[in-house]
Amino acid sequence: MSEKFVDINNIAKRWNGQLGVEDISLSFPKGSFVALLGPSGCGKSTTLRLLSGLEQADQGIIKINGVDVTDKPPSERNLSMVFQSYALFPHLTVKENVIFGLKVRKTPIKERQEKLLRALEITGLVGFENRKPAELSGGQRQRVALARAIVANQPLCLMDEPLSNLDAKLRNSVRKDIKKLQVNLGITVVYVTHDQTEAMSMADIVVLMKDGRIQQTGSPEELYYKPNNIFVAEFIGSPPMAIIEGKALKGFEKYSSVGIRSENLTVAKKGKGRLICEVSECEFLGSETFIGLSHPSAKGLTISMPGVQNIDQGKKLEISFANEDLHFFDVNGDRTS
Amino acid sequence: MLRLKKMSQRQSIYGWLLLSPAMILLTTFAFYPSMATFWSSLFSRGTRRKPSKFIGTDNYTDLFADPTFWKVLTNNLIYAGATIPISIVIALSMALWANSKIPARSFIRTAYFTPTVLPMIAAANLWLFFYTPGFGVLDQIGSLFGLPSVNWLGQPETALFSIIVVTIWKEAGFFMIFYLAALQTIPEDLKEAADIEGTSRWYYTRRIVLPLLMPTTLFILVNALINSVKLIDHLFILTKGGPNDASKLLLYYIWEMAFAFFDAPHAAATTILVLAALGIIAGIKFTILDKRTHYQ
Repeated sequence: MSEKFVDINNIAKRWNGQLGVEDISLSFPKGSFVALLGPSGCGKSTTLRLLSGLEQADQGIIKINGVDVTDKPPSERNLSMVFQSYALFPHLTVKENVIFGLKVRKTPIKERQEKLLRALEITGLVGFENRKPAELSGGQRQRVALARAIVANQPLCLMDEPLSNLDAKLRNSVRKDIKKLQVNLGITVVYVTHDQTEAMSMADIVVLMKDGRIQQTGSPEELYYKPNNIFVAEFIGSPPMAIIEGKALKGFEKYSSVGIRSENLTVAKKGKGRLICEVSECEFLGSETFIGLSHPSAKGLTISMPGVQNIDQGKKLEISFANEDLHFFDVNGDRTS
Repeated sequence: MLRLKKMSQRQSIYGWLLLSPAMILLTTFAFYPSMATFWSSLFSRGTRRKPSKFIGTDNYTDLFADPTFWKVLTNNLIYAGATIPISIVIALSMALWANSKIPARSFIRTAYFTPTVLPMIAAANLWLFFYTPGFGVLDQIGSLFGLPSVNWLGQPETALFSIIVVTIWKEAGFFMIFYLAALQTIPEDLKEAADIEGTSRWYYTRRIVLPLLMPTTLFILVNALINSVKLIDHLFILTKGGPNDASKLLLYYIWEMAFAFFDAPHAAATTILVLAALGIIAGIKFTILDKRTHYQ
């Protein structure tokens, strides 16, 4: 982490006094895959647009490859971008769309052809050169957008929810393609998403945001096993971490909230459990069943059981857990210890 | 088999029923009048002594031999050749400007659009006041710089030009509205995608905006073309086609023939010629131009 390829230092963007993003500091080395994650309206797209130069920061410094680009236009930042809507030019063919930037930069025709062919090969679009975007499927359009980003051969590629317009199945395969692409080309990718599965499975560094501020920056494991605060704990993981009021647990009264992941919960024999809950719902997922539990001083308690389980609603269930699996949060929701 | 036949019969009856309202209206108000006009253009002008009789294409030969017809035709070609491109270019420039982030944007849009809501007669009266020699606005401004008084509408060299200016002034704001609407359908992120590549404003306009505006341009082109034949209201106020036919346009010429000189057959013949010319242009539009235009 010593080499800072991208270095964002304390930037902020405000719209008419309304909060855009505030106090964003972030740096990562070359070749990393960074995911900006968060619920909608959290400022992740704004952060990406500030980095791209499509928006100007009101405060702070952005450095790319050691160069201060804070006041530079997008074209001087040596980056490419994939838009959520793909932003393909509807009247141009696939080929013209891909080489648009090369034409703008007046790349020689021969080089242009070579780069085009390579980009089309990488994205599996050979044979579609002369189609227009309207004649392509959603997945193919997405690949054209990728090809357009690749062809520029920029070291940094920004992606703004590139998979959100695809169906679930396609999303899975394109996700793998993008990751493979990033590794093979050795480029640095900053990827905006609201889907934690995408962020956790692709990224080396996940940046979780909320209300215009970074909540936690770290590897997917760090976010999962060491959440900075209750928001992170509840956002990451499926099902999310359960939060129990400290006063409901014997011996942990001094903590405001205690968190526990569902996989660390076990069903206990009658009288041996640490918490007595009521079954509120059963969600069958094939190999396992999630059983939702309710308790007056806990929320999000879910326990997973193998196979099909049909437990009546309202049935009492005792659960147990080990102390080392607990996460502790103070009154403000921040992690303690 | 029989049932199938019956069904297709029934379907064709439905088809005709659905077609009939449009067909009846078009027949009554478009096809029949055109045919009747064509038919009457083949007859001589009837007077009390000489009843009208079939004379074939004589009316057309007369027209082609008439220098006034050629003068009027040339006028109309100049009129169309000037008003169509100039009003489109002005409309497009105004739209591009009024679409950018400028202060008082809605005021500018309204200002541009005002000439459109004005009736042509009112607009013509306004311009009459501009053009009047001596105390007209143009002369007043000219006199500030010591320029001599010009009778814009009263001399053959400037009359047609003055009419053209009024038409452009009237049309450009109207066309701008269409361009503005079309510009707003172009997604913002296309511009952003181009910005990332470092596209210059001019290159973006030429390679992306103009092609995407092509359907609108085509629509405006057709409208401007129709107007160049149809819009003659201001002639009645400003020049009455004069002086010496210098500003006479085809439709005014037809009107004059039919209702001032009561020469219906020649007017019919001229009408047929105009219809034929417009028909050919419509054909070109539907075959060649439509294929080269990207419709979203």
